[in-house]
Amino acid sequence: MAKVEKCSCGTDEEGLLERLTEIINTLKDKPGALIPVLQATQSLFGFIPQEAILKISEMLNEPLSKVYGVITFYSFFSLKPRGKYVIRVCLGTACYVQGANEILTALKQQLSVEIGETTPDKLFTLDVGRCFGACGLAPVIMVNDDVHQWVKPSDVKKILGTYSRRKVVNKEEE
Amino acid sequence: MEDTIKNTHSIKNAEELNALQSKLTSSKEFNSEKIYICAGGGCIASGSMKVKDAFVKQIAESKLNGTIEVMETGCLGPCALGPVVVIGKDDTFYQSVRAQDVKDIIENHLVGGQVVPHLLHLVGDTRVAKKSELPFYKNQDKKVLRNCGKINPVKIEDYIACGGYQALSKALSSMTAETVINEVTASGLRGRGGAGFPTGTKWGFARKYQDDEKYILCNADEGDPGAFMDRSILEGDPHSVIEGMAIGAFAIGSSQGYVYVRAEYPLAVERLQIAIDQARAYGLLGHHIFGTAFNFDLEIRKGSGAFVCGEETALITSIEGNRGEPRPRPPFPAEKGLWNKPTVLNNVETFSNIPLLINQGGLKFAETGTDKSKGTKIFALAGTVNISGLVEVPVGTPLRKLVYDIGGGISTGKPYKAAQIGGPSGGCIPAEHLDVPLDYESLNKLGAIMGSGGLIVMDESSCMVDVARFFLEFVQDESCGKCVPCREGTARMKQIVDRICQGQGQMSDLDELERLAGTVTNASLCGLGQTAPNPVLSTLRHFKDEYIEHIRDKKCRTAVCKDLIVFEILDACNGCQSCKKVCPVEAIHGEKKQHHIINTDLCIRCGLCLSTCKFDAIVKY
Ligand SMILES: Cc1cc2nc3c(=O)[nH]c(=O)nc-3n(C[C@H](O)[C@H](O)[C@H](O)COP(=O)(O)O)c2cc1C
Ligand code: FES
Repeated sequence: MAKVEKCSCGTDEEGLLERLTEIINTLKDKPGALIPVLQATQSLFGFIPQEAILKISEMLNEPLSKVYGVITFYSFFSLKPRGKYVIRVCLGTACYVQGANEILTALKQQLSVEIGETTPDKLFTLDVGRCFGACGLAPVIMVNDDVHQWVKPSDVKKILGTYSRRKVVNKEEE
Repeated sequence: MEDTIKNTHSIKNAEELNALQSKLTSSKEFNSEKIYICAGGGCIASGSMKVKDAFVKQIAESKLNGTIEVMETGCLGPCALGPVVVIGKDDTFYQSVRAQDVKDIIENHLVGGQVVPHLLHLVGDTRVAKKSELPFYKNQDKKVLRNCGKINPVKIEDYIACGGYQALSKALSSMTAETVINEVTASGLRGRGGAGFPTGTKWGFARKYQDDEKYILCNADEGDPGAFMDRSILEGDPHSVIEGMAIGAFAIGSSQGYVYVRAEYPLAVERLQIAIDQARAYGLLGHHIFGTAFNFDLEIRKGSGAFVCGEETALITSIEGNRGEPRPRPPFPAEKGLWNKPTVLNNVETFSNIPLLINQGGLKFAETGTDKSKGTKIFALAGTVNISGLVEVPVGTPLRKLVYDIGGGISTGKPYKAAQIGGPSGGCIPAEHLDVPLDYESLNKLGAIMGSGGLIVMDESSCMVDVARFFLEFVQDESCGKCVPCREGTARMKQIVDRICQGQGQMSDLDELERLAGTVTNASLCGLGQTAPNPVLSTLRHFKDEYIEHIRDKKCRTAVCKDLIVFEILDACNGCQSCKKVCPVEAIHGEKKQHHIINTDLCIRCGLCLSTCKFDAIVKY
């Protein structure tokens, strides 16, 4: 599968849409290209914007209704912009029986958002997951691709702190 | 980990593979002394890469420079003890190693010859040094995981040196498609993805249907919460899956395969892609493999976070680029699968068994296991057990051995209550059945299933009604909504169990649950709905008294069900006011330095006060 790099030409939509066109061109002859294209779009923009949907529908020659249908079926695609850091609390069985719900409560309280919402500063989006395959370290939360294990509700503040401080330093490493 | 593809040329026949293997096994690198560092997902999360960097740097600066290789391996098994390091020359096992311990290990052990006691594993009061003597390893039988922890997963040369691709070579040079299928049938291997369908039979069906193209698919969606076997295989020994798929492709007559990996596993995707590229570079994927007419190539497709896509027809629909909704069977995928072509779908672990099976022969393979279920099974042991991690045992091993001998017993000191096996399609095994052999038939008799291998141990603090509610919520969330019995039936069941958890249940609810369960099981379109009632049925069967307590006495003995519990502040309260500050509904009253009180009418039982209190002055019951 084609590797998708974060656009280096700035984050303006125009530049990203151009980049998307290139990606679609490399993927469009693959059978079943829609989902790989949507995955590339999601990682390029951090969500799937309206303009991208129009472009995908046109270039892949798929009806808009189908593109929307696929986007809304899979939980990894988001129609709303997401925060820079997506926090996912594992609510898989191993994490659940070891107190994942309390972590979720603590996060909701610290961030003042509900599941699926993003903080006003666009830094954090709170979400839940169903097992990250790190059950041996339960309870687990993921912040983008970082795994934090054996989390206690009282750790939440510290974990959030390490990311909000990073905000000023530089872009997260992929 | 970076790509290690060198300028290689294709291996054209069995002799060239043998020659390469002997060259590799006699190489300096292969025979050098090694330090194995677990680079499984769990240990990486625990910081094993920092440990590795410290080893590399400090060895380079020491007089050992050039004599010892620091090797990243796949999952060594005991995730809870990570980061894990094994010293190759004397098989010493170090646990919970941090970067600052590296100096000790190098100076005292590698140079001085003395093990570092405080990093050893403790069994009772004794520290055990040798990995092979740890109860965790001693009681296992690592066959499928034989390479996991011994080879570097991103180096195909390591795999080849350990006999990798010999089975593919054997199949292509001295077997026919039919004899491969016969061996697989004779081995008695059953699918490891959950349903346990005989693999040889499945391949035989797909072989029978003629078409210009056939597909072979690997199910790496691993959606059961609490399962991480497939992840560990892909991360630790990806070539075994590629080799198994290639053999399967040869057997059914396919030239294109897809591996469908769930989105939550970026590391597995990365390592599998590296492995595919390396196999291509050696001509082990591509055209004219081993100089024969057999062509085969592989592509990775990533999932996008839908549990139902683990179901075979939904997975196929998803690769085709659609909403991952299952479709009715027949036609079965063996006849009309991906793009309506004959298709075989197997689980990661199933494929990983194949090279071993072909090398040994089916009958030898069948010597392990029980009468009806052959070989070994990998389990992901998690929950309240001391050593959670990845374990492999012969099919039919008693549950007790997994929990106590391998897992080291319950971590909380509380009694064992149940083990949940088989995820949302499975059930709970109570203490009186701890000796059940883990095989397909025995588990079915208890209302559980073997499933894919997730095994979650629960102690007395888990509420079994809440566990049933948890799984109903899961299947409700993940039901694709295509068929009514699954979509509406599970919603109705969840309403009832919710009500019971809130203390508003009636005794007649229990019959209603069983009746609904029957309908959902019989009338749903795919396995998700057909098995969704299992967690409820199994808890009703083994823990009915807890349901009755919730309904009749309005009591949750584990204080898990929020509506049935009360929070109280004890005399230990010193009036620090932190609970009062965090309470989101201002239900806590009290002056500074005075004993505080919770107004139970206002309290929403969020538990924040309890987790905030530093003086253990708050209890729930
Ligand atoms: C809802 C649902 C989810 C499933 N998820 C998985 C999965 O994550 N991994 C898997 O290998 N099989 C899964 N299965 C089973 C597959 O449908 C299929 O039986 C299996 O992949 C076949 O491979 P095997 O014969 O090697 O076991 C799932 C089935 C259902 C009904
Ligand atoms: S249950 Fe949370 S990581 Fe598996």
